[in-house]
Amino acid sequence: MTTGHDTAAAAPSKEGGAAPGRPPGDPAAADKERRRRARLSRRWQRDVRWSPYAFVSPFFLLFVAFGLFPLIYTGWASLHKVELTAPTDMDWVGLRNYTRIFDDEFFWNAAQNTLTIGIISTVPQLLMAMGLAHILNYKLRASTFYRVAMLAPYATSIAAASLVFVLLFGRDYGMINWALGLVGVDNIDWQNETWASQVAVSTIVIWRWTGYNALIYLAAMQAIPQDLYESAALDGANRWQQFFHVTLPSLRPTILFTCVVSTIGASQLFGEPLLFDANKGASGGSQHQFQTLGLYLYEQGWVNQHLGRASAIAWTMFLILILIGIVNYVISRRLRASS
Amino acid sequence: MTTTTLTPPDPDRTDQAPARSRRPRSARAGGQLHAGPVAYVVLALFTIGSLFPLVWTAIAASRDNNRLAQTPPPFWFGANLFDNLELAWTDANLGEAFLNTTIVAGISAATIVFLSTIAGFAFAKLRFKGRNAMMLIVIGTMMVPPQLSVIPLYMMVAKLDWTDQLQAVIFPSLVSAFGVFFMRQYLIQALPDEIIEAARMDGASSWRVVWHVVFPAARPAMAVLGMLMFVQTWNDFLWPFLVLTQTGNPTVQVAVAGLGRGYTPDQSLIMAGALLGTLPLLLVFAIFGKQIVGGIMQGAVKG
Repeated sequence: MTTGHDTAAAAPSKEGGAAPGRPPGDPAAADKERRRRARLSRRWQRDVRWSPYAFVSPFFLLFVAFGLFPLIYTGWASLHKVELTAPTDMDWVGLRNYTRIFDDEFFWNAAQNTLTIGIISTVPQLLMAMGLAHILNYKLRASTFYRVAMLAPYATSIAAASLVFVLLFGRDYGMINWALGLVGVDNIDWQNETWASQVAVSTIVIWRWTGYNALIYLAAMQAIPQDLYESAALDGANRWQQFFHVTLPSLRPTILFTCVVSTIGASQLFGEPLLFDANKGASGGSQHQFQTLGLYLYEQGWVNQHLGRASAIAWTMFLILILIGIVNYVISRRLRASS
Repeated sequence: MTTTTLTPPDPDRTDQAPARSRRPRSARAGGQLHAGPVAYVVLALFTIGSLFPLVWTAIAASRDNNRLAQTPPPFWFGANLFDNLELAWTDANLGEAFLNTTIVAGISAATIVFLSTIAGFAFAKLRFKGRNAMMLIVIGTMMVPPQLSVIPLYMMVAKLDWTDQLQAVIFPSLVSAFGVFFMRQYLIQALPDEIIEAARMDGASSWRVVWHVVFPAARPAMAVLGMLMFVQTWNDFLWPFLVLTQTGNPTVQVAVAGLGRGYTPDQSLIMAGALLGTLPLLLVFAIFGKQIVGGIMQGAVKG
């Protein structure tokens, strides 16, 4: 409230700027003038003091309304029986939603799938991104072209990308099986075999995000001071040694950052497995072979209409992420301590 | 009065200075090695891998459904592209979906850019109590998965009777922690403290400083952030999918996803829809790709 008032002080301060040019008049006017200036300067000080809060408060207000409050409310809802048909009727059930989902084999199946898909999408993706960034960091012809081309998948929506990959991964007429057939591999049922479907879903993720991560690594690489390389070269380090002893250590914070972001992204995988399903359901394939936690949450909340249980899944996911974050932090501290 | 003395020098100074200092190209180009042929081969492979699914979307969209159910799959364009595009356009009601998505993405991107710029300015250049703690919260919110808030948001939307209405999609996407972080990073470098002090000496209020100094200085970054956020909101899937049904007010992504959900899906039609849904963004990328790449790299470096 105060902030809103203070930012409105813009207009009077204009006069303040003009005031020094005015000729001095009689004592009463001078006194008035002094008081006016004091008032303006008080207003100015208040402006300086409070306007930073005015500038950051819209972000925080909206964040509280659409981020923090829902997060806490999800925790509250997870302790209730809430149905999609009447989302405002809540019956207290304590931890029953949690015990229910922990007893559900499909929860554990989804958790395992999420972990597997997360690993086989994140690890190759970040390794390839690192290699790409390293190449892009050389002097190249048409370097902008490669960067833009590699970022094109990022501009493609999950919906469009998933639908294209469904066709490319088709069992009978898909391009990927056709290409594998040329080298003598039998048709793979990418939608129904467990590992194959998980590889296929991971491929969509890898395709969309490798270029983006490569750019992030590239940016970090370009921030490494050149003299580090020069002194390494003077010490007789070849290109590989320079990469391992200069580039990688300097990138450690960036690598950790991309690991955290990718982990969060992988834990929330939803659109890709949803649209990759031939039966167009939320089960993640006929045998739940690629049902992720995100999809399981959707199935519980919007297909089975148990919003309370879906909330419990959401909070479980959140707690797992916090755990991963703590592990990440501990590892990074160990790494820093050891170097 | 002050306005006239204040404004003219600012755009000049701020437009030039940051553009130079932002890219330390000269600093790294000195000792840089040229790429060998192997590097070009690897790059070519990755470029093909990136672009092929997109090109093939267009190829599949230009064929008829039967040709897609044959081996080998088609490698070149057929004759049905425009028929399929037209059919997808009418079948999935893509015209309305495009309008909806443009409204949603436009409002979100504009609001995010505005709020991020003023907040980023405060974090970059102003001193206030709790600044570091608040910035930590902003960075922390980047780590919180949006999926967590989906259920209460859905309850809120249901209670407000906003299901199937565009404001249900617009409101939750009005802030971006990334945006605040991004603008802060940019303004730390691009906005010299002396300019702000000079404006302050002239008696400018904080709003005046934002309007006449910060906004002109931040314009390039605002444009990039706007495009990034537009792309992100345009491609957003989970939340619109939950609150907007097909028959209500679908966004492009919801409509395109719906194309794939028929009982006997016509693949070339689906590909035509996917192509239409992606085309505007690919055009934006083709035109502003360089700036967007620069923007992502700019936002990636943390300080």
